Amino acid sequence: MTDAARDMQDLYRELVIDHSRNPRHFGRLEDATHSADGINPLCGDKLKLYLCVDDDGKIESSSFEGSGCAISIASASLMTEAVTGLEVDAARDCSSTITSRLTTDAPYAELAPRLEKLQALDGVRAYPSRVKCATLAWHALRAALTNDSKAATTE
Amino acid sequence: MSATVETLAAADWRADFPALDQAIQGHPLVYLDSAASAQQPAAVIDAVARYQREDHANVHRGVHTLSHRATEAYEGARDKIRGFINARSRSEIVLTSGTTGSINLVAQSFCRPRLQPGDKILITHLEHHANIVPWQLVCEQTGAELVVAPINDRGEVELDSLLELIDDKVFLIAMAHVANALGTVCPVETVIEHARQRGIPVLLDGAQGVPHLDVDVQGLDCDFYAFSGHKMFGPTGTGVLYGREEILEAMPPWQGGGDMILEVAFDKTVYNELPYKFEAGTPNISGVIGLGAAIDYLQSIGMQTIARYEQELHDHMVARLEQVDGIRLIGQARRKASVQSFLLDDIHAHDLGTILDHQGVAIRTGHHCAMRVMQRFGVSGTCRASLAFYNSRDDIDRLIAALGKARELFG
Repeated sequence: MTDAARDMQDLYRELVIDHSRNPRHFGRLEDATHSADGINPLCGDKLKLYLCVDDDGKIESSSFEGSGCAISIASASLMTEAVTGLEVDAARDCSSTITSRLTTDAPYAELAPRLEKLQALDGVRAYPSRVKCATLAWHALRAALTNDSKAATTE
Repeated sequence: MSATVETLAAADWRADFPALDQAIQGHPLVYLDSAASAQQPAAVIDAVARYQREDHANVHRGVHTLSHRATEAYEGARDKIRGFINARSRSEIVLTSGTTGSINLVAQSFCRPRLQPGDKILITHLEHHANIVPWQLVCEQTGAELVVAPINDRGEVELDSLLELIDDKVFLIAMAHVANALGTVCPVETVIEHARQRGIPVLLDGAQGVPHLDVDVQGLDCDFYAFSGHKMFGPTGTGVLYGREEILEAMPPWQGGGDMILEVAFDKTVYNELPYKFEAGTPNISGVIGLGAAIDYLQSIGMQTIARYEQELHDHMVARLEQVDGIRLIGQARRKASVQSFLLDDIHAHDLGTILDHQGVAIRTGHHCAMRVMQRFGVSGTCRASLAFYNSRDDIDRLIAALGKARELFG
């Protein structure tokens, strides 16, 4: 396999393809306490994120709906898996960790065992034009947690 | 011309474009995004560099040697443009920043002072945003109405419907010569003929027409023809508005500044003659000189040769794409130039664009500044392969092979 082909498979890892084909937690959450829209105006990716946060500040459930490329859908799907069950503050931390993982050249920070799956998104670093596809859901997460009514955008 | 000769010719032409001679991700570059911006031949790059190194000064000012040289080269380019599109006079060649600048000039200088509430601007569903939004703005400013002629499932303008929409309230018809997202060659001759009978002026968005067709504005009999330098192998930030002289004469200046005046007093300014009254401020001198060099280069090959070669290559590309399993071609007009939009299986256009880039194949993905066209076909975006005469059948082979790899990856 050439280096280029390996890079390509690094971006479109099996887990990414799987989550884009069969997104988890896809759909509307009727009893959502928080929600936010995310728009990537460059690509036209759009999603709506729903969270149900209980009285103790724990994300009881989460879901999303929308349309976009494989990277943006897989990222949203992996995110809902990762943050369900987390305290709100921990979810915010997770968002910061993943965003900096995707957008900076710093060495990858270690992930907590329950977040290790999110390494699947690491390949996007090598594709500057696609980073925003991967960060969209995480922008929406931060907006939802601050109950920001304005759509979160990647711009 | 036999296929063999054409193949050889494309290889020669390709060698004239330095940017094409590089590897992307370890693969020789296949550039199929000329409809977004075409590459520049060495002749253009060198002309711009020579001007910057040796001749740069402001134009139309100063008596010194460099200013004279700059003016000669800049105005010489205007003469080349006139000849290239067969305008009657150099007064009809207004230099702008691009097609968008040209269309906005017509909207604000020609339409805005004349439009009355209830008047209509007629466009088609195929238009680039640059041929929609300037009209929306002037409609908002004047109370006029924007009317849109429909397209059919092949991506062709429904000519009968368009002609039915032409009534006495239509002030201007603005339409693409060649549609950017789908490549449709529009029936502009028929539209102009009907418009002429009613005395309605017609503007053609020629951004995708000029690089691929042998454009003759007198033959077309249009009133305005707008196009960009960078889509015809020239520098970005250059463009042209051709306008019929008597119409341009009657239009007020749009932007004020230096160069567009004869005499300035505080109570009244006498405007310069055509085309300078529309060219306020120091223009893109080096870019226009580069555009002149692009025209010399195109004419050394011949636009008819280019059009014939590209048509053959386009038809070959479409035939090959049709054979690809899982492909959906979007835009199948009977008259098309140089462009094919498509989707593959349920792979998102941006994913496909990335996978193709990885194999050295550059295509455009997204809505192509034509969201209403995308909406008409029920998609948020497409992949678009667009050709220039520096492309060859080998490039099409590479595109097809890259699509095969994408299917494997997403299989």
